Amino acid sequence: MSFRILGTGSALPVTTVSNEDLTKFLDTSDEWIRTRTGITERRVMNDGESLLTLATSACKNALEMANTSPEEIELIVCTTLAGDYTSPALYCLIAKALGLSDRVITMDTNMGCCGFEYGLQIAHTYFASGMITKKAIVVSAEGLSRHADWSDRATCCLFGDASGAVVLEAAPDRKVDFDWTVSGNADILNITRHADNSPWNTYDGKGVLHMNGQEVFKFAVSSISARIGAVLEKNGLAPDDIAKFFLHQANIRIINSAIHKMGVAPEKFPHNIERLGNTSSATIPVLLDETVRAGGVQRGDKIILCAFGAGLASIACLLEF
Amino acid sequence: MKEKLIAIIAEYLGKDASEIEADATFEDLGLDSLDIAELVMQIEDELGVTIELNAELNNIDKLVEYIENQG
Repeated sequence: MSFRILGTGSALPVTTVSNEDLTKFLDTSDEWIRTRTGITERRVMNDGESLLTLATSACKNALEMANTSPEEIELIVCTTLAGDYTSPALYCLIAKALGLSDRVITMDTNMGCCGFEYGLQIAHTYFASGMITKKAIVVSAEGLSRHADWSDRATCCLFGDASGAVVLEAAPDRKVDFDWTVSGNADILNITRHADNSPWNTYDGKGVLHMNGQEVFKFAVSSISARIGAVLEKNGLAPDDIAKFFLHQANIRIINSAIHKMGVAPEKFPHNIERLGNTSSATIPVLLDETVRAGGVQRGDKIILCAFGAGLASIACLLEF
Repeated sequence: MKEKLIAIIAEYLGKDASEIEADATFEDLGLDSLDIAELVMQIEDELGVTIELNAELNNIDKLVEYIENQG
């Protein structure tokens, strides 16, 4: 058994932070940020918001589009770098907020910016095994504003907060396939942990994001073309067979370089990084939701989602919408 | 080697090779850090080498020396 996407949803924090806002406490400029990243503004959570509120809204929007009641959901996979609590995991808070069954299969997964696609892969496995037979949710909720180093002008301008979700329905004849790699590299992209409580450990880290931009750029561009090329080849498809490519929104320069390397029409690559920045695993489900609601994807279209990030991991997911 | 790198960078910048000075810093040539990363990927593909970027590799002469030392 395979699946199809029945509904999409997304939710954004209310607070918009422009590049100009960042110049008030950073030695930077709108021009510097835009030319190096393509980003003009991003959304950040305020005191009244949380990953739970964002994820719950995104799921409700997806359930509404899917005309699905919470009781029908058999599995919920939540992808996040870090939930509102270290424990309990975010999934169980979302499950309660949505009114899901107490028998729902649930899990949080942390695969960095690739989380949404790995979440789809987990759901695909449950459908294929027969453990679930009807409907599932994959929801990504990320609060990068909590982890960015706001004194580092080279990285903090990249990130924002958001949540995106999909409702999946079992579908026997829908094409779904994946291609992925994980290298185990923690050097060029990581978020360190905060100082430990343990009196036997002197580690006093600040828990902030570190990134070697040039090496991540190289990894990202080469991974996008490799993963998409592999999933196309495995399925006997060409780029012309794909209606839209949804790339992880990390930097417009990465997106443009990958498009150039692949030689595919830029119109097939929707993007929203200008307004939202990099929201880790939430970028693709949010972009998918915006594109679907704008009529940019039609039933039966083959689409590819492709992400890359911490791990270093990369993954492409071929879907028939 | 130097001529090849100058040709790649000139094409990237949309300039004539005669306008590219090998001892000018990449920054002076109008290249930012991501331009350099993109060019290095192209150079790696075309020359079959691996280049680990660092702040010292800031002009064409140094990049040529780095690649030649890789042997």
